[in-house]
Amino acid sequence: MVPPTHEWTPFPSSVVPGGAEGVRRRRDGATEYDQAVRAAVEFLARSAGTVSRRLGRGGGTTLPGVVLLKLRADGTTDLAAELGHGAVHISATNGKTTTTRMISSGLRAANRPSVSNTAGANLLSGVTSALLATTEVERAGSVGLFEVDEAALPAVVKHAPPKVLTLMNLFRDQLDRYGELETLVEIWRQMITGLDPQTALVLNADDPAIASLGADRQNVVWFGVNDTSVALAELGHAADSVRCRICTTPLRYSQVTLGHLGRWSCPTGDATRPTLDVAVTAIATDGLESQTLTITTPAGEITSTLSLPGVHNAYNAAAATATLIALGVEPAAISAGLAATDAAFGRAERVKVQGRDVVLMLAKNPTGANTNIRTALTHPNPLHVLVMLNDRTADGQDVSWIWDVDYEPLLPRLAQLTVSGDRAWDMALRFRYAGVDDAAMHVHPDPAAAIDAAIDATPAGETLFVLPTYTSMLDLRAVLTARGLTAAFWEDQ
Amino acid sequence: MSIDSPRNTAPLTNHTHTGRSVRLCHLYPEEMNIYADRGNIAVLRQRLAWRGYGLEVTEAGMGVSVDPDVHDLWYMSGGQDRDQMIVAEDLVANKADAMRSACADGAAQLFVCGGIQLAGHRYAAVGGVMLRGAGVLDLETTAGDTRLIGDLVITAELVGEKQTVVGYENHAGRTHLGTDTRPLGTVTTGHGNNDTDGVEGAITNRTIGTYLHGPLLPKNPWFADVLLRWALEHRYDTIDPFPKLDDTMEREAHANAIRRAGVAR
Repeated sequence: MVPPTHEWTPFPSSVVPGGAEGVRRRRDGATEYDQAVRAAVEFLARSAGTVSRRLGRGGGTTLPGVVLLKLRADGTTDLAAELGHGAVHISATNGKTTTTRMISSGLRAANRPSVSNTAGANLLSGVTSALLATTEVERAGSVGLFEVDEAALPAVVKHAPPKVLTLMNLFRDQLDRYGELETLVEIWRQMITGLDPQTALVLNADDPAIASLGADRQNVVWFGVNDTSVALAELGHAADSVRCRICTTPLRYSQVTLGHLGRWSCPTGDATRPTLDVAVTAIATDGLESQTLTITTPAGEITSTLSLPGVHNAYNAAAATATLIALGVEPAAISAGLAATDAAFGRAERVKVQGRDVVLMLAKNPTGANTNIRTALTHPNPLHVLVMLNDRTADGQDVSWIWDVDYEPLLPRLAQLTVSGDRAWDMALRFRYAGVDDAAMHVHPDPAAAIDAAIDATPAGETLFVLPTYTSMLDLRAVLTARGLTAAFWEDQ
Repeated sequence: MSIDSPRNTAPLTNHTHTGRSVRLCHLYPEEMNIYADRGNIAVLRQRLAWRGYGLEVTEAGMGVSVDPDVHDLWYMSGGQDRDQMIVAEDLVANKADAMRSACADGAAQLFVCGGIQLAGHRYAAVGGVMLRGAGVLDLETTAGDTRLIGDLVITAELVGEKQTVVGYENHAGRTHLGTDTRPLGTVTTGHGNNDTDGVEGAITNRTIGTYLHGPLLPKNPWFADVLLRWALEHRYDTIDPFPKLDDTMEREAHANAIRRAGVAR
């Protein structure tokens, strides 16, 4: 993944001979010449993806989009404008991939066709590539459903103005890539100011920063979690956005649910958590296997059993439900869609390896890692854990974030700890200074050696929890695939 | 550790408790806690514990005044621009005099990133807001248009020794030193104080300002131990006992971070 680019080379106008003079105009204003150029350019861009795939250079989930935008600056805009049922963008620090899958599943249950990008390709180029992979007729009959990188969102919104915009949370994440959380909040605020007033915003009321984005908007669907049984004792160390955004007084929480999400209010009365339109009112968990959610909505109450564990997935389900409500999907289809959603790539995904259950839980920022640890702790047996830390661009080159993660609750439950990756030694130091005995830790920078050692140390029938960063996950999958233990993959394809 | 890991030569058992401890003043732990710099405190605490000392932490947040004479070690790290503006005024009103007095008295002080900016005379922050600093270090900082982000490797000079120190930097501020302080070290990889000087950080007496995150201390145990010796000396006039620790794992992480700093990724 590369940082989003907002610059591209438009098709130079000097190359277009003759201008519009003498060329017959279509009723919609586009000339036949424009149409022909557009078709040719789109053909070239699609071909680039096909060639790339045939050369074995990957799935082409971003290349066609990159090529199209190089050749034609408004290439995405043209394609997105043809979506008959508009575009929906989903963005967040954590949960966007799973939530997009839930919405997609709900639309499928409602027999509503959608065009969607894949998890890794969530920049403008990925959205464009997804659109390029469809025909004009398909676009006319579909809603566009796009998971979008937080920093890429303003560009995507500009090129493909949304009918529904779902914003789920902002946590501190990859400061070397995204900058400060507050900077991102301000960029989003300006982006929202420029939106059509008709755009429906689906916002997490439990996140004070996200809530502030909807304060002056009319068309908002607020979602959140109301079940008090999942409350934490206090705000965690790495909690962000815990001051009133108007008067900077520390916010008061009557319930902390996850990170800085919860029932908050400013003691001076400047702001308070908005009233929920879509609320998870009851969560009944069944270990790592499933959880049954009761969700109230303006269209009636929904009960659905998810195969995805954890409070974070209750939030994802609330966001998906609110988005589907905004799209007019019936509660029965929403319920069926949530129940049919399986784990996304590496998001509490379960793989059988040599008789062991391997649970892959992508952990790329403090809140995500804390949430995964919370989920692993629901496992009744002693824990076998493999933590994989890489420092490549897609992971964030700055690995300091591991010191913001609360690994300590794992320690009394550990049966095995293996650390791996480009920065295995940094990870080892994190645990050493948390009090783990050196002799109780296995350090294997090489991912193949690490998975072998971790599997060996896990008794057959037991569960191995793997907490990898993004490229560590790719490394691990490459090892498992080379050994025939999992099918080849290209994200979701 | 497993077979492919270098084994520490001696087990790390805590030495008999000396009954002594270092008193740490942690400035603004709630506001100035970005980049996980709490890791520095975990390292100080553990390296003291392994040697039989305790660490007493006083958290000095907003609105609290600080006694200049009862802390051996002072620590402040960075915050988001918004939080830094919130604390700057309080720092000048309630902490700055004590910080300067402790510096003159030979207490150890470590100010990281936003810490070095607010320890100087002033910081012209992003958006043109002028923040007054504590004036402990003779330096001033101006925010630039771009952020200086990436691996940072320096050769630092402390207690007459030169050592490589490795970390990560991420700051908009460009810091320029006055004549009453000297750089902590020279930059090998990265930016350091600004785009031009080729130097990193500042040191006056036993007060150190630096842009090194990572956090700084886990991978640079030499640096951590210099601070701890200073702090013990401040309280007890002696640094005995101060047994050597097995830093095999720290050395691996240090060397690996320097290797990674040279790799495009």
